[in-house]
Parts: sequence; structure tokens; C-alpha cells
Amino acid sequence: MADPILSLRGVSKNFGAVAALTDIELDIHPGEVVALVGDNGAGKSTLVKVLAGVHAPSAGVIRFGGRGVTLDTPAAAMKLGIATVYQDLALCENLDVVANLFLGHEISPYALDEVAMEVRAWTLLQELAARIPSVREPIASLSGGQRQTVAIARSLLLDPKIIMLDEPTAALGVAQTAEVLNLIERVRDRGLGVIMISHNMEDVRAVADRIVVLRLGRNNGVFDRSASHHELVAAITGASENAVTRRMERKEVQA
Amino acid sequence: MTGPVETGPAPKGPMDRADARLRADTGFAGALKGFSDRVKSGDLGMLPVAVGLVVISVVFTSLNPIFLVPNNLVNLLFDCATVGIISLGIVCVLLVGEIDLSVGSISGFASALVGVLWVQQGWPVLLAIAAAVAMGAAVGWVYAQLYNRLGMPSFVSTLAGLLALLGMQLYILGASGSINLPYESALVKFGQILVMPAWLSHALALVPGVVMLIVGQRRRRQRLAANLSAPGLGGLMLKAGLLTLALEVAVGYLNLGRGVPYMFGLFVLLVVLLNYALTRTKWGRSVMAVGGNREAARRAGINVRRIYTSAFMLCASLAALGGTLAAARLASSSQQAGTGDVNLNAIAAAVIGGTSLFGGRGSAWSALLGIIVIQAISSGLTLLNLSSSLRYMITGGVLAIAVIVDSLARRSRISHGRA
Ligand SMILES: Nc1ncnc2c1ncn2[C@@H]1O[C@H](COP(=O)(O)OP(=O)(O)OP(=O)(O)O)[C@@H](O)[C@H]1O
Ligand SMILES: [Mg+2]
Repeated sequence: MADPILSLRGVSKNFGAVAALTDIELDIHPGEVVALVGDNGAGKSTLVKVLAGVHAPSAGVIRFGGRGVTLDTPAAAMKLGIATVYQDLALCENLDVVANLFLGHEISPYALDEVAMEVRAWTLLQELAARIPSVREPIASLSGGQRQTVAIARSLLLDPKIIMLDEPTAALGVAQTAEVLNLIERVRDRGLGVIMISHNMEDVRAVADRIVVLRLGRNNGVFDRSASHHELVAAITGASENAVTRRMERKEVQA
Repeated sequence: MTGPVETGPAPKGPMDRADARLRADTGFAGALKGFSDRVKSGDLGMLPVAVGLVVISVVFTSLNPIFLVPNNLVNLLFDCATVGIISLGIVCVLLVGEIDLSVGSISGFASALVGVLWVQQGWPVLLAIAAAVAMGAAVGWVYAQLYNRLGMPSFVSTLAGLLALLGMQLYILGASGSINLPYESALVKFGQILVMPAWLSHALALVPGVVMLIVGQRRRRQRLAANLSAPGLGGLMLKAGLLTLALEVAVGYLNLGRGVPYMFGLFVLLVVLLNYALTRTKWGRSVMAVGGNREAARRAGINVRRIYTSAFMLCASLAALGGTLAAARLASSSQQAGTGDVNLNAIAAAVIGGTSLFGGRGSAWSALLGIIVIQAISSGLTLLNLSSSLRYMITGGVLAIAVIVDSLARRSRISHGRA
């Protein structure tokens, strides 16, 4: 396999006394979709934020394209080509869709080219099968799924090398979810690395080349998509005896 | 890989009108409907100001007809320019969601500085003004550092600055406490008597309408070429025509008196420049973003600290410039300069004009409209020979009303999904 475009060794992140991430190892290759799964609070979003330059890691080495890098600001991560869709979306509610899409990367900074930006916005949104009536309305007037689509569209704008999607389909309708999964495959085929976080095992299995499990802020196994549901749930919850298996057994008994 | 999800026949019209849920607001009735929708959802824009101005004019003219006499209005414009420029700076800090409570003291210190450097030390007047504005920029830089590095809330740091700068003003003015500026100097003439010749003011009154037509027509053509919907040409011409008519009538009326002050022209020029910077540049977009959602702006790669620094520095520099012009207006640098209601009037003007105290919402025009309202009230009350105690109370009441309108509009925006 080709050299990883992004590789993490021994990355840790502490919030005061809370160790949100401990000794994380992760490799992302070009043209590969890696799903990051784990229970609530496992540290998935924290890992994404470390890679996006939002949080500085407490320890560890991050290498991008073979070189050690410091991701101390979101701008630094973006410049390298790491694009992020955050779980909390991070959009400006007072600005319209076009302004949010191009925020920080406006076309012609001293005399904004609104027409070019609006055309590009419509093109991007159509690719995602977005159902957005008007791109000149403030974000505050959009539904949750529409906002999520805007956030995803924004990550595609800058021709990134790696895209990180933190629960991108959580609020999406059926068609839009399918479109996002298509999109993930499309960008993978273009040679981008993709990190996808999702609690939906069906979506994960549909597109992921590898499934990386986090548990309580630590690596807890790497699986490929043929891994059984049982194996994955066991790795996520940390026991083969857990709430999910107990529930399934109960159902079988009732049946 | 599948093709795009098909959703019925391909849209033929402009691509931003493809969604079936969009109501097409075309023509004059459509524009009216859109306007009333915006107002109902809490997007008040300039409406409160327009209503306020009409009420004020009617009330004060009925109490004392001198209120609407051309020369009283000319005086009013002279007064508007000084505090208006300070208010323009306030707009900048309010847009990023911060405040500068020391603009009055900055303006007072700037006026003292000009007096001392120019009259007492014999500096060239332009150099003295430049020094005063540089002082303002430095003060703004200090506020920005306190905010960015130490996380000090701006209302605390600028409150401290208010006192410290007032102290410096008193200190450099020394025992005498006031310096007279020479009456024959260009600066004082600019602040007191210089008005545009009638032909120039009429010509300038044509400019906004013409620019509106040219820019509007160019934007229309670009949008149509890019397969986007564009507003009709008729509406554009109607708007430009009405604007030109209103401006020409206003200028003609003022020319019945002394005419349009150059100082007011400078103020309007600054408003136009700031408006361009806020709406048509990347910097302005970033200012709005930081005021709307600081963390989202940071994650979009915006250097948030630099935006705060630029806003604080711009605000304090404009306050210093306003203070200099206020000294010119009074032909003196005194211990009273910048004290009293200057601070509050500057902040009130921005809020009355429609710039939100909560950040991320407002425009440069709010300084212009707001200060006209404030000065109209103050001029009307002066004509009624009311004591300053009553004037303070009434201005305080108007500020309270403006903030209430702002808060109510914000609540309405949130419930209409336009926060
Ligand atoms: N800014 C912060 N300050 C303090 N603690 C934090 C912060 N961000 C995250 N944490 C803690 O780090 C841990 C991991 O949080 P994280 O958001 O990464 O979980 P997650 O795996 O994304 O969970 P979910 O599936 O619910 O989104 C949690 O215990 C959380 O409380
Ligand atoms: Mg998360």
C-alpha cells in the first residue's frame, strides 16, 4: 500500500484531569475511507478537532505527507488540505448560505464576487441533492439537515486532500444520506483520504475500507468491513456481554 | 457511482428559482410584500429610524417652528458630523459583539492633544491631527491586546480607559484647563462655517442615484448571464429616482440656508467607505462572522484576534478624529470636551440606527441615521430652552427605547428562524 498521507503516533489530549485521548495511533492512506466508531464520549470528535487544528494535542506526533506538522490553528490544517465537517457544524447563523460556504475563502477579497460565489454555491449544493430553497437566507432559517448539507458542501470547496466528517448523516433524509455516501465514494475514487464518524453501522459498512474503534479515548481494534456486527459491538462496548447482546438475546427468546 | 438524483423535469428558469416552495416576489407589489415579511420577522432595518424622524420633526416643529428652518438643520448637520464619526467607530466594535465605553474620553483627549501640539507646541496642524489619530489607534490596540491575550471583557478595559484617558486630558491641558484654537485657521473654519457651493451639493446629491443605477444594472447583467434571477429594471429605476429626488429636495432646502457643511460631507464619505468595507470585502465578512459566531469564524480559518484588533483600533481612531473635529466645531480644546453625553450619544446613535448590541448585525448607515435622530432630539430640546438635566433624561429614555426595540426584534428573529 502507498505511504499514509496522515499518520498519528501516541497522540493524547487532556482536558484538565480528563484524558479524552490516550496514545492514539491512526493511519489514513490516499483513496481510503476510514470509519471511526465508538460509544458516546469515546473521543471521536476530540480526535477530529485535534486534526482540524481546533484543539492542540497534549502529546504525540502528527505526520502529514511524511512530514511532521503542528496543527496549531484551523487555518494551518486547512492550508495542508484537511477539511472538516464538525458535529456541531460551526456555521454563522447571521450570515446567508453563500457567505457561510465561502467564509474565510471569499472570491476576490477586496470586491467580493457575489455572482461567482452564488453560482458555485448552487453547483455544489446540487451535487449533494440539497433541498435548499434560497441561498440568500440566513442559516438560522434552515432545517438541521439543510445546515448539515451546507457544512458538507463547505468542506468540498477547497479541494482538500483529506476530509473528516463527524456524523455527517445524523440529520439527513434518505436521499441526502445516499447522496453523501455516494459523495464519500466519489472523493475516495479521486484519491482523497476520508475519515468518517458515524453511529450507523449500516452506513459505516457501506463505505468504509477500514473501521477503527475508539473506546474511552484509546484505540480498541481495527476491523475491515467484513467484520461481524457482534465483533464491532463488542469492541465498541468493551465486552462481548453488553446491553446490545442482552437485548438481542431477549428478542430471540421472545420470538 | 449513480447519476444525480432526478427530481422531476430539469428546472428551466434561473437556478436560484428552481425550488417549488419559493414565492416569486416580482414587481412593485412583490417588493412591498417582501418588505412587510422582513419587518414582521424582526428584520427592522431602517424602519424605526424613519418613523422616529417623522415623529420628532412633527412634534418639535409644532412646539417651535424654528426647528425646521434651513439654518437650524444646517447647524444640526454640523453637530451630527462630530459625534457621528465617533458613532461610526462604535458600529465596528458592536458588530464584533464588543463595546468601547471610552470613545468620549478618547475624543476629549484627542481634542486636547491637537490643542497642545498645534497651538502650544507650534506643530503643523495636520501633523497634530495625525498624532491624535495615532493616539487613538494605539489606545484601540491596547484594548485589543487586553481582550485577545488576557481575555479582559471590553466593557471593563474600556471603562478603565475612560477614566485613565480623562486623566491624561486634564493633565496635558494643565492648570488653565482650556486652549482656544485660532478662529481664522482652516481647521476651525472647516468645523464652523465652510459649506459646499450650491452647484457642488446638487451635483453630489446626484451621485448616489447614478451609482445605484450603474452598479445595479451591472449586477443585473452579471446575474442574468450566470443564469441567476435578477430584480427588475423598473424597480431599480424607481428606487434610484426616488432617492435622487429626496436628496435634491433636501439639498435645495439646506441651500436656502447656509448650505451643506463640508464636515458633514466628510462624515458621509466615511460612512460610505465603511459600508463598502463591511459589505463588499473579506474583512467585512469576517467582522460579521466573528460577531455572529466567534468559534465558527475561527474554525473557518479566520484570524479572529486580528479582526478584534482591527475593530478596536478603527473604533478608537475614529473617536480621535471625531474629537478633533469637535474641537474645531467649538474652536477650543477644553476639559469638558468628550465628557457629558458624548459617549452615550455615540453608542445610542449606532443602536438607534439598527446596529445590534449582540453582535453580527448592523451597518455603517446606522451611525448616520442614528446620529440624526439623536441630534434632532437634542436640537429640539435646546430650542425649547429645556435645562440639560431634562435633556439627559430624555436622551436616556430614547436610548432605552432603542435597546428595547433591538432586544424585541432579536427575540422575534429567533422565533422566526432568522437569528
Ligand atoms: N472542550 C472540552 N472540555 C472538556 N472536556 C471535553 C471537551 N471536549 C470533549 N471533552 C470530553 O472528552 C471526552 C470525549 O468527547 P468527544 O466529544 O470526543 O466524544 P465523541 O466520541 O465524539 O462522542 P459522541 O459520539 O457523543 O459525539 C468526553 O468525556 C468529553 O466530556
Ligand atoms: Mg462526537
